[in-house]
Amino acid sequence: MEASIASFAYLVAAICFILGIRGLASPETARQGNWIAIAGMAIAIGATLLRPQIVTFELVLGGIVIGGAIGTVIALRVKITDLPQLVAIFNSLVGLAAVLIAAAALESPSLYGIPVESGLATHSLVEIMASTAIGAVTFTGSVVAFAKLHGLMRSAPVTFTGQRAVNAFVGLIVLMAALAFAGWGTAGLFWALALAALIWGVLVVIPIGGADMPVVISVLNSASGWASCGIGFTLDNPLMIITGALVGASGAILSYIMCKGMNRSLAHVLLGGFGGETEGPVEDAEDRGPVKAGNADDAAFMLRNAGSVVIVPGYGMAVAQAQHALREMVDLLEGEGVRVRYAIHPVAGRMPGHMNVLLAEANVPYDKVVEMEAINRDFPSTDIAFVIGANDITNPSARNDTSSPIYGMPVLEVDRARMVMFVKRSMASGYAGVDNPLFFNENTMMLFGDAKAMCEGIIKSLE
Amino acid sequence: MAETIDRDAAALAERAGELASEAQRLAAEAADLAHRAAQSDAPATDPVLFGLTVFALACFVGYYVVWKVTPALHAPLMSVANAISGVVVLGAMIAAGPAIFGVSKLLGFVAVVVASVNIFGGFIITQRMLQMYRKKGS
Repeated sequence: MEASIASFAYLVAAICFILGIRGLASPETARQGNWIAIAGMAIAIGATLLRPQIVTFELVLGGIVIGGAIGTVIALRVKITDLPQLVAIFNSLVGLAAVLIAAAALESPSLYGIPVESGLATHSLVEIMASTAIGAVTFTGSVVAFAKLHGLMRSAPVTFTGQRAVNAFVGLIVLMAALAFAGWGTAGLFWALALAALIWGVLVVIPIGGADMPVVISVLNSASGWASCGIGFTLDNPLMIITGALVGASGAILSYIMCKGMNRSLAHVLLGGFGGETEGPVEDAEDRGPVKAGNADDAAFMLRNAGSVVIVPGYGMAVAQAQHALREMVDLLEGEGVRVRYAIHPVAGRMPGHMNVLLAEANVPYDKVVEMEAINRDFPSTDIAFVIGANDITNPSARNDTSSPIYGMPVLEVDRARMVMFVKRSMASGYAGVDNPLFFNENTMMLFGDAKAMCEGIIKSLE
Repeated sequence: MAETIDRDAAALAERAGELASEAQRLAAEAADLAHRAAQSDAPATDPVLFGLTVFALACFVGYYVVWKVTPALHAPLMSVANAISGVVVLGAMIAAGPAIFGVSKLLGFVAVVVASVNIFGGFIITQRMLQMYRKKGS
């Protein structure tokens, strides 16, 4: 009877989680969806507290209180700009929890009602093996991603000679340990597998450059889902299987969208090393011509007299925390009757949807923020494309230079606008190490400086 | 003489009838037992297969639901995914719950803490983000 009650509660919780994600189909239903998901989680935890296996509550409730307090403080204090790091660290925690629970299940299988007849059944061992391996790789891989995003280590690819051979070798050890554990199921083999997978997680992520982080975070998000799915199989818990599959599918779809946004295969991203060296032929310096540089006053004059402006934000805007100054600038322009919209490239920033959430933070209404496919049609009728802290995602070489390393990547076609302004700190190339020929166009104006300072300068001039 | 034979025959016939009905009852019981035995062997109760069924269907649900998410909300999608994958806390709670203190109880406790960070942190940051999304004029 009590088992049926718990099973029913888990079914309700699973439906709540699905509805929670369904709510994200539109910003209008999203908040309600989040509350439904929270209710689902409360139901699931409440039903589990009633189960007969739980006889002492100190550690269970104490753990929830301690963890809940830590999570609450982090989530309330974190800056929205630091969101990619936060997601990375949350991914890592799911991986860690999966390894710990797998270890507990191996230590006391009877707790979970896992049948033991002269050792665990092969299917139980395979399930424990899968969740441990995926969980451990997710854990350390996400910690490295966090360190790169948070500036604790250089975000550039870390490469060394023979790296791929080393990675392949350690990967092979993980595989062998996994097979051995599935065969014999000893605690020693379990920890060997966990250790090898932890090392492999570090090795796999260090060669991946900062700008590829949207893909890495999505893949690790997906992996954290598959790890909890594995735990669900071990413990015969359908709610964990369903939730893991939802999260796994979500991360997988986001990875696909991010890879498509860069026109690169998942394997190419994950093998890493991109952005460390210039892959394409460097153009000769002489046929670049001079660049036209302007200052805040020039920009303010032209922006004020434009009929329509499209703003293209990139990671540089996030780094400079320029979103609030940018929105103020736009408010002034709109006061002058200029039509302003924002164009978002899928891989702008360091995680999926990074730019959207930063603009939302700065009170930019979401109906003025337009996706790439929708806005590209409008560039020919746009007076000024104002590119702030972005580069590669606007590079026309991706459309017309077959020798360019980013050829084929979908880009925002800002070159079709009557005029392009680039707010940039220097002439340095983007992460792909590719020159942007747009900088040398006649109707391009370079605004050199920090993105935030430049917006403030333009504001001053507009006032 | 013939009378006794008749009586005996009648008794025998009665006895045979009883036996027959007894046999019938036993047969019915045997059939019922066999039926029940067959039922307990039915593949529907194999937990691995049941898990795979749930898994496959959930993957399809996830696929269709996630494609419907607007790209503007991809960041909250990731954080809510973080929050709900904290559901592994259910497994951690069971490890942390028994009366006897042991390695698995300790592992369970740490896992409860870690998963709870995700649940609370994930839902709160999602809510914080979603509160920022507004339409023009609102």
